Amino acid sequence: MNTAIIAIGVVLLLVILLTLFRISRLITVVSGSDKKRETPANNTNAILLVLFLILGMGATFWYSYNYFGDYTLPVASEHGEETDRLFWITMAVTGFVFVVTSILLLVFPYMYRFREDRKAHFYPHNNKLELIWTVIPAIVLATLIFSGLKTWTDITSKPSADAVELEIMGYQFAWKARYPGADGVLGAYDYQKIDAINEFGLDLTDQASLDDFIPAEIHIPVGEEVNFKIRARDVLHSVFAPHFRLKMDAVPGMPTSFKFTPTKTTEEMRTELGDPEFNYEIACTEVCGRGHFSMKILVVVEDRASYEEWYAAQTEKTFLDLNPGMMEEVPENLREVALMSSGVEPEEVSESDVELNSSL
Amino acid sequence: MAMAHDHAHDDHHHEHKETFWTKYIFSQDHKMIAKQFLITGIIWAFFGGLLSIFFRLQLGFPEMDMSWLKPILGRWIVIDAATGTGTLDPEFYLALVTMHGTIMVFFVLTAGLSGTFSNFLIPLQIGARDMASGFMNMLSYWFFFASSVVMFSSLFLETGPAAGGWVVYPPLSALPQAIKGSQMGMSMWLISMVLFIASTLLGGINYIATVINMRTKGMSFSKLPLTVWAFFLTAVIGLLSFPVLVAAALLLVFDRSFGTSFYLSEIYIGNEALPNVGGSPILYQHLFWFLGHPEVYIVLLPALGITSEVIATNSRKPIFGYRAMIGSMLGIAFLSFIVWAHHMFVTGMNPFLGSVFMLLTLIIAVPSAIKAFNYITTLWRGNIVFTPATLFSIGLVSLFISGGLTGIFLGNSAIDIQLHDTYFVVAHFHLVMGSASFFGMMAGVYHWFPKMFGRMMDNRLGYIHFWFTFVGVYLVFFPMHYIGIAGFPRRYYSWTSFDAFSGFTDLNMFVSIAAIITFSAQLVFAFNFFYSIFRGRKAPANPWRSNTLEWTTPVNPGHGNWPGEIPTVYRWPYDYSKPGAEEDFIPQHIPFSQTPESNLPHEQELVKYEEVNAASANEIEVSDQNA
Repeated sequence: MNTAIIAIGVVLLLVILLTLFRISRLITVVSGSDKKRETPANNTNAILLVLFLILGMGATFWYSYNYFGDYTLPVASEHGEETDRLFWITMAVTGFVFVVTSILLLVFPYMYRFREDRKAHFYPHNNKLELIWTVIPAIVLATLIFSGLKTWTDITSKPSADAVELEIMGYQFAWKARYPGADGVLGAYDYQKIDAINEFGLDLTDQASLDDFIPAEIHIPVGEEVNFKIRARDVLHSVFAPHFRLKMDAVPGMPTSFKFTPTKTTEEMRTELGDPEFNYEIACTEVCGRGHFSMKILVVVEDRASYEEWYAAQTEKTFLDLNPGMMEEVPENLREVALMSSGVEPEEVSESDVELNSSL
Repeated sequence: MAMAHDHAHDDHHHEHKETFWTKYIFSQDHKMIAKQFLITGIIWAFFGGLLSIFFRLQLGFPEMDMSWLKPILGRWIVIDAATGTGTLDPEFYLALVTMHGTIMVFFVLTAGLSGTFSNFLIPLQIGARDMASGFMNMLSYWFFFASSVVMFSSLFLETGPAAGGWVVYPPLSALPQAIKGSQMGMSMWLISMVLFIASTLLGGINYIATVINMRTKGMSFSKLPLTVWAFFLTAVIGLLSFPVLVAAALLLVFDRSFGTSFYLSEIYIGNEALPNVGGSPILYQHLFWFLGHPEVYIVLLPALGITSEVIATNSRKPIFGYRAMIGSMLGIAFLSFIVWAHHMFVTGMNPFLGSVFMLLTLIIAVPSAIKAFNYITTLWRGNIVFTPATLFSIGLVSLFISGGLTGIFLGNSAIDIQLHDTYFVVAHFHLVMGSASFFGMMAGVYHWFPKMFGRMMDNRLGYIHFWFTFVGVYLVFFPMHYIGIAGFPRRYYSWTSFDAFSGFTDLNMFVSIAAIITFSAQLVFAFNFFYSIFRGRKAPANPWRSNTLEWTTPVNPGHGNWPGEIPTVYRWPYDYSKPGAEEDFIPQHIPFSQTPESNLPHEQELVKYEEVNAASANEIEVSDQNA
């Protein structure tokens, strides 16, 4: 019943609109204003363009100013401060051009709207003028390019040898992180070895993989260079840590990496934002299927001491410790090493601690 | 003269009776084919727009009960057994995004824009009877139609249409176990695209051949309207870049169906390790964007060409910097081929390549800036008549500036790290490529409707349409910049999983409402368009007092365009408001000898040659007849 009433209402509305349309057309035809070139519509449109300019600019500046904190994310990495700076320089330059060109574009039509008694100015070209607006944008762009190039080169340069290294692997639909463990070396992997338990495809014939651990969240020390080694095991994913201004695709069959230096611990960020619940998050920004929007892993940035404490605790929960069944895959000659790095005996633990410290 | 002879022959040829089939369906008349492209494009545009409304509902109103969409979307609305509320299936959300992109980029803004206006305007504006090959032209439309049928059918598959984004990156698009859309839907996407590319190439070859070979007497390249220049360069870009997409698609077909490993390597999916090793997903991205970036200009250049013509005509002023405009278009056309990898800064591509592509990308901003400045200068001290086409053209320039400037952020690889694949990118390309090209298309429709259908569209409805659309697209896409700066990623079904992306629910709702209103306003256009075809006021011969040749044809030109001889061209197309001239326009076919009062000194010189040429042309004609 309701549907019927709505349907009748819509039909009636359309009939009314159609009638109005017919009437207005008849009026224009009778009055002959459709033949004129200088019409009221010309003025209306010209005024509306200026109105649009004023309201649009007003709204833009009002929103940009009042909601600044809502749309700008605090930055928490060294290179991020640099890219943010570039972003705002570019914003200033383009913002200026935007305002000036928009004013000219929308005010000229108002100033030069059609009048029967006026003739347009025959002005086909002006080489000097054209040269000016070729050269100036070229110079401005060149400046932006070179500052960008320098930053880009720094960001993508090789990580230093003592950078904290860990691996992030994307799969449908989550991230997993792997740390090198006590020996400070990420073990080899082979995608053929991946199964429900060995999610990374760890190659346990490689001694370096025996002490690798796979924590539930990522911990990194503040103020030190961190290198994310990134890979994917099924389709493309992309590691996106918005606060670190970090993004890099995870590509199956082609490991990638991204190095950065976090500048604020999670605690510092919580204080800065006044949000005790705050956590650094990593999201996925390359469409990867049904669960693309929910691929998340948390990152904890902490001071060196807390980090080491956490790291030491993790070395007692290596992949092998948590999955003793995998011991079968370890070759005979490495079994003893594997047992040792699993930290069953106290002296081994302290030994691996020493090793850890030296490796970091 | 051989040409003249051919034309005379043509005239006789087209005397015979046309049937409904040869006139409206399998027509070889470029004007009818243009209308076929246009109407198909309009239908696709409504369809692509509707798909975006569905996913905007999801993004703006994530809590909404969508069960009312069940009659249209069927199983893609999942009804919760306990509460009875309906939600959109996340995979279908991706399918919607994918199909929206594919339809808008290829079917609306490539076929609907180039297909319509290149076909319609090239012969009319260069003074030709028809395209170089009417038959190929007909095939071009029917390949497009076949492609449309395949793409449309894929929407009704049980497993849904392609869902890997319009770029369909493998491995997601290569592996049927990765997402349902990569099953039959993806196969149909590939088939459809290959048909589409065949259509584009058939059209493009024709446009190029026609522009080069069939210009009327006097129509040198330096007297071509900028529209034709734009269509010509667009066709060249398409011809060089679309085949690369065929290659990319073909390799993808091989990977999908024949077990090759062009794009696949070391993949574990669906509880098994695949045998493929050695391929590279990055290879696909390079191939795709080798088309994908020129594609941006394939949709944009025709729109800019139309704008040049419309702004000059309705400002009653010559386009400012005609040669600079051509130079910019040539520059853009060339540079468009060497900037593709700016879509791939953070794909793991060698960072040095990133530096190179960043440099080249920002260079392309220079010719774009020149174009924008030249449009503004054309408006300066004009005598502007606000037809709906004028408004859409001014709107285009505004969108071109707004969207183009954000390209300077994204083209800078260091800044792009943060902005890549966020809503900032969505805002950028929807303004500069989507909306600007759409505005160009609308400007073209309003401007050339009288030539297409012999009737006028209603101006008042045109104004209403413009204002809703202009304000609307800004309200939809401008706020997305903020959402993007805040880091919100694209192609997200919902943002609630992340604290960082938990804000902006109000702004997203606002965008969705604006999108629905803007989309609804297009119905005003649809009504105006279809109503005016049958009931619009009869058009005068030259309603906009324009200089170009199409307005010298009869109001309803038949096949062959000019009943008699094709007019000869003497001057460039932008002699508006020439000092000394009585009227504020002098069409291209008026010889300088008839306008001594307004001729510039160097033009006065040309009068002599005109007389000589006219005499010799007469001689040739006489000898031709004798032969």
